[in-house]
Amino acid sequence: MAFVNGLRCRECGREFPAEALNVCDFCFGPLEVEYDYATISEVISRDKISKGPISIWRYEDLLPSDGDDPVDIMAGYTPLIKARGLGKRLGLNNLYIKNDSVNPSFSFKDRVVSVAATKAVEFGFETLACASTGNLACSVAAHAARAQIDAVVFIPSDLEKGKIIGAAIYNPTLVSVKGTYDEVNRLCSEIADNYPWAFVNINMRPYYAEGSKTLGYEVAEQLGWRLPDHVVIPTASGAMFTKIWKGFNEFACLGLLDGVEPMSFGIDQNTAHHPAVTTRMHMTQAAGCSPIATAWNAGQTLVKPVRPNSIAKSLAIGNPADGIYALRVINNSNGSAYAVPEEDIVDGIKLLAETEGIFTETAGGVVMSGLKNLADSGAIKPDELTVVYITGNGLKTQEAVEGVVDPLMIKPTMTSFEEQLSLRQSR
Amino acid sequence: MGKQRVKFTFVSNMVKEPVIYNLGRDFKIITNIRRADVQENMGWVVLELDGEEDEIQRGLNWVSSTGVRVDPVSGDVIDG
Repeated sequence: MAFVNGLRCRECGREFPAEALNVCDFCFGPLEVEYDYATISEVISRDKISKGPISIWRYEDLLPSDGDDPVDIMAGYTPLIKARGLGKRLGLNNLYIKNDSVNPSFSFKDRVVSVAATKAVEFGFETLACASTGNLACSVAAHAARAQIDAVVFIPSDLEKGKIIGAAIYNPTLVSVKGTYDEVNRLCSEIADNYPWAFVNINMRPYYAEGSKTLGYEVAEQLGWRLPDHVVIPTASGAMFTKIWKGFNEFACLGLLDGVEPMSFGIDQNTAHHPAVTTRMHMTQAAGCSPIATAWNAGQTLVKPVRPNSIAKSLAIGNPADGIYALRVINNSNGSAYAVPEEDIVDGIKLLAETEGIFTETAGGVVMSGLKNLADSGAIKPDELTVVYITGNGLKTQEAVEGVVDPLMIKPTMTSFEEQLSLRQSR
Repeated sequence: MGKQRVKFTFVSNMVKEPVIYNLGRDFKIITNIRRADVQENMGWVVLELDGEEDEIQRGLNWVSSTGVRVDPVSGDVIDG
């Protein structure tokens, strides 16, 4: 049962019914879900959440679904791991990894798509669609299969093979577009105006984006109903970054955190900031597509679009829709933004694999190198509680790390083995 | 006749240019600004264009040719 009042324009505050809308008719600002927090506060509790499903739907009171039968492939409630090996390497004693690469379609996108697909079915759509940099295509196709509705996914033609196969296996209509992701998105905007399809990141966007809040809820719950001192997050549009912050503040305002008194959300729910939420929000982008980090480092309040040129394709969004909102979150949380040099991305992937046994995609390499920069610069102190978000699986971007394959080539004899082993060890 | 919602993003050398005025003057397009933020070095304007579909497309092609970035409003670019 959803506790949703409707949709509200983030810019002018105008209210709209909870329908398949994403833009304010008056000022063309983005629409956000508006909740009835007074009622939610009467029904939600730590106990109720703890007894819920082992998926994002344990937080259903804070998600915009009307029914009790979500499109659920068991997204979420992914492991929060104490990172001893990585922490030792970086000099951080209290470091955790939120490993979202183990979601059913191997990225955090399952969270947002589960919510969008649920709303699409509620609204009566028969086709689920998206413009995608890869991970979203996989997740949309998987959820459409689960819901037994059609899927149409649009991707840039230069996408990594692992992501293409990871989407195609669910048998969607796969459309490969010769252009950048921004161009794919432009095309899909036109198509969304002309076809009765639920585009998860266009007309379903207000609901879709809410799914990312669960990344904040889970970390708080898994840490024992408290918040970390720092979080480090890979960022493309800024939507996930802002929603994790919103999730932290919802939990605080509803009194779900240890020792934190409830507080009113105020008039604009999306800018609510409980003073007990002192987590510093650190954003990492790849230097080849870092419009938000560039704006933050230049002290600008506007984000200048760029043409992406990065190996981190899942972060290659040149015109980030939530860029200005993400800048506000960085400022409100005393956080930071860092553009990771492209040549450091693969090193970041290897660092996580070699210290924690987790194989992440290029976006994970970005966040790892960003974390290393924060540790090296002293921005994160050794004993501060830090959570780093790993949002995608390395099996999808194997091309980026092909160079790691360097086996000992031997004949099937003991002599050959010992010769080659000796040579390798003397390197 | 049709309507299209678009966002123009201007970088430093274009901020002072009367692009929207010229668009209305040189093409058969009615421009209607809904929201904007223009600063010294860059800015953006969200507006609705009203006119024949082909004329709007010609106008937008011209705007793009000046170096101003044109994006649709109905499909804000978000994570994919």
